[in-house]
Amino acid sequence: MGKVTFIEHDQTEHVAEFKAGSSVMQIAVDSAIPGIDGDCGGECACGTCHVIVTNEWFSKTGTPGNEEEQMLSMTPERASTSRLGCQVVLTDEMDGMTVHLPEFQM
Amino acid sequence: MVSKRKERTVIVGGGHAAGALLTALLQKKYQHEVVLVGNEPHPPYHRPPLSKNYLTGDVDQESLYLKPRSVYENAGHQLRLGVRVEQIDRDSSTISLSDQSRLQYDRLVLATGSHLRHLNAPGADLNGIHYLHDIADSEVLREQLVAGKRLVVVGGGYIGLEVAASANKKGVNVTVLEAAERLMQRVTGPEISAFLYDKHRGAGVDVRLNTAVTGFEAGDQGHVAGVTLADGSTVPADIVLVSIGIIPETALAKDAGLPCDNGIIVDEFTRTEDPAILAIGDCTRHRNLFFEKMQRLESVANAVDQARTAAATLMGEEKPYDSVPWFWSNQYDVRLQMVGLSQNHDQRVVRGTPEDKGFAVFYLREGCVIAVDAVNLPLAFLVGKTLVQQRRTINPELIEDPDTELKSLVNGRLQS
Repeated sequence: MGKVTFIEHDQTEHVAEFKAGSSVMQIAVDSAIPGIDGDCGGECACGTCHVIVTNEWFSKTGTPGNEEEQMLSMTPERASTSRLGCQVVLTDEMDGMTVHLPEFQM
Repeated sequence: MVSKRKERTVIVGGGHAAGALLTALLQKKYQHEVVLVGNEPHPPYHRPPLSKNYLTGDVDQESLYLKPRSVYENAGHQLRLGVRVEQIDRDSSTISLSDQSRLQYDRLVLATGSHLRHLNAPGADLNGIHYLHDIADSEVLREQLVAGKRLVVVGGGYIGLEVAASANKKGVNVTVLEAAERLMQRVTGPEISAFLYDKHRGAGVDVRLNTAVTGFEAGDQGHVAGVTLADGSTVPADIVLVSIGIIPETALAKDAGLPCDNGIIVDEFTRTEDPAILAIGDCTRHRNLFFEKMQRLESVANAVDQARTAAATLMGEEKPYDSVPWFWSNQYDVRLQMVGLSQNHDQRVVRGTPEDKGFAVFYLREGCVIAVDAVNLPLAFLVGKTLVQQRRTINPELIEDPDTELKSLVNGRLQS
């Protein structure tokens, strides 16, 4: 078990609990956190689960894969620590992580 | 003062549109009482995996659910599952349910989805002939997909091809029978059809085009043994999947006197003719500002976007539905992402080739990009989404030219 803090673009904070093995997208959707849609259910098809990982946690989440990178490259809010939430599988080491949500999803 | 009961909004149906509506209402802190009535025993779930990784047993049932049931209930929404709505009485604003109870509504949202088109042919009721629509269907079919068995898929559309790929992965011997001259003819152009044909053939699936089915041959104990074809031959089968499309579920609306014509007719705010009744998802034929005509769509994206429009309408906001439709499919290592509707194109431009790691087909009409189908090239899909949304006129040579960066085709950048 662990916790991830999601910070909306307007700075509203939400905390979601997770079990290792879930994705960042799924726990946000399960907690009905606004600003993260996950319309395709995690098939990396829609690009509606963009999150910006805080710098200190990025080494834990790792970098985007090729197709994920292509999706991210089209968002104007792209940051150097951007990921698609559906492609980040949570581990116990990510307990306490904070991610920011963009103003718009693709 | 007389205390008034809280106003009640009832959602009929428990599919993706219904689930997305619950979520939108929950996020908007909608103050009405909300009751969802769904005839399946499950809370709203993702259907796409039913022909893919749920069918192959790679994900569990819980992971299909859009959200755990408790999330809706903790927000005060009620889910009445395993109950069918039998009738809508608009005069008294009540619906009758299969458990003999009645429920009064102030606002009603029809999210009734679709039912499967059945193949009426001799032998159609033999054992071993399957259809795929819900979790139960997927689980029954999964049990049958044992290595070495022979599966015949009738219909080379999204579902048929996805099941073919999943079954092939399980070591099942698969034959796909398609009546048309190419695969997925209704939704894509010849380049993608040909690519998928080669992909399936290459994986060992026997794909037969221009092949009409006339019936089914019986084996032992009322079990199907083969599929008979128009040319008189028979394809031996242990299992058959019939996947020849869906029909919008409009019976309740029609019986209640609401206008239906290949779907429940709604406007760009998801309203039916009755101001108290909205309709969303696969069951609707809707006015979409993007197309400037009535359109029926079978897709998750449409279900979700119409649900969000309906939530706004229920909240008293005026937010017209104007989304560009998009679709996706996964077969083998192929990720197909499609945006726009390509049917009325007058020109096709191919970016890359099927031999490349990824390629895409751009569909143009009068020089305007109206659709893009991308194979393992998400960038082309997203670029296409912007071009289609903006009805952009593009020099086709630029699209084709490998030296043109795809991103440069979009001058402005993507906004929500």
